[in-house]
Amino acid sequence: MFNLEGYLPTILEGSLVTLQIALLSLLLALVLGILGALGKLSRNIVARKSAELYTTLIRSVPDLILMLLIYFGGQVIVNDLAYKLGYDDYIEISPFAAGVITIGFIFGAYLTETFRGGILAVPQGQLEAGRAFGMSPIKVFRRILFPQMMRHALPGLTNNWLVLLKTTALVSIIGLDDLVRKANMAAGVTQKPFTFYLLVGVIFLLFTSVSTLLLKRLEDHYNPERRGH
Amino acid sequence: MDFAPVIEHIDFYWQGLFTTVQLVLASLVLGLMFAIPLALMRGSQHAYLRFPAWFYIYIMRGTPLLVQLYIIYYGLGQIESIKTSFLWVFFKEAYWCALLAFTLNTAAYTAEILRGAIDTTPKGELEAAKAFGMSQSKIIRRILLPSAFRRALPAYSNEVIFLLHGSAVAGVITLVDITGAARIVNARFYNPFEAFIVAALFYMALTFIFIWLFRRLEKRYLSHLQKPSQ
Repeated sequence: MFNLEGYLPTILEGSLVTLQIALLSLLLALVLGILGALGKLSRNIVARKSAELYTTLIRSVPDLILMLLIYFGGQVIVNDLAYKLGYDDYIEISPFAAGVITIGFIFGAYLTETFRGGILAVPQGQLEAGRAFGMSPIKVFRRILFPQMMRHALPGLTNNWLVLLKTTALVSIIGLDDLVRKANMAAGVTQKPFTFYLLVGVIFLLFTSVSTLLLKRLEDHYNPERRGH
Repeated sequence: MDFAPVIEHIDFYWQGLFTTVQLVLASLVLGLMFAIPLALMRGSQHAYLRFPAWFYIYIMRGTPLLVQLYIIYYGLGQIESIKTSFLWVFFKEAYWCALLAFTLNTAAYTAEILRGAIDTTPKGELEAAKAFGMSQSKIIRRILLPSAFRRALPAYSNEVIFLLHGSAVAGVITLVDITGAARIVNARFYNPFEAFIVAALFYMALTFIFIWLFRRLEKRYLSHLQKPSQ
């Protein structure tokens, strides 16, 4: 039952794809999350309202639907547009790009909330002091806001990363050769779905467990009081 | 953009809505029933009770729902002793597999939420109950659980939304839930944008209804914990 019939390398290859998608979409989500949080806290009403619309819309629709919408729907729209512009060839959106963009977009909305909380937890006076000191806004962000914000946002970030990691399993549905889809194929050929899906579960558990351990360390790093305990 | 084919086949979506709501509500109820003993075990003083509950919750929360669903729906057929037993009547049906997967999954998350709420029970309430001469089971039934349920409400409402959104994977194993309906419409007319936008609207409406319901529940059962308004 636990004979993988030579499919272990294939599965490991898929695991690598899963990790790539997860890390790339995390990067996108971090950027969107920080922008969203700054937007939500901005004095500009357009920035505030659009950030609000972004988080409300994204968080009220299942990730799978968003993914299907962006992958299949995006394909149609891009091609319609290209056709109107006089471009005749069929343009194919890569499932990899669609997967990364969708997941990044979704978790950007969740991280917006996490970062908003983190920013609010930094005392206003420190930012003012930084400005009074003659620091540029970017320097204030880099030296004062960001390091302290991270400390408050990290537990939420850890949580979101774990959910994100599991969400990547959905990219197999839009045909991306990730861990789950490789297992689909191996299960189909060998007629051993239980064996392969169980293996996929174990690999995901490994990913989430290692992440939890590493992020605990990072939390300690940003939390000087807890360092060395 | 042309919504005519979608509107013409809107019945698919209504049927899908019915399946989604039915699956989600049934697994919420069953999951909660399973989560209560799990949460109590998780907080027990005895390692032989605490460890299995911890292990179960750890595994269910550490793996994707999609994979859990695949293991149950596609995987169990590989095991000869299940395939030849009476259980196969259930496991060959996508509906029961989805119900089982969602129930087992939400039970783990709910148990963790409940345990958190149980941990924060004011000690005085339990001492008062003990001083009153209540037995252990009566304390659990009358004091511990009702008060924990109230405090768990906000976190539980998040879990309900997560399960609603997670249930979209049912459409992948041939079930006609909202996602399944959109997939059928898209396969027939190749109008992915319209088909999935309408599905998104259905989910959005459900999400807002659930959020509204929980707001009302919180207002009713949590008002004593709210800060008095100025």
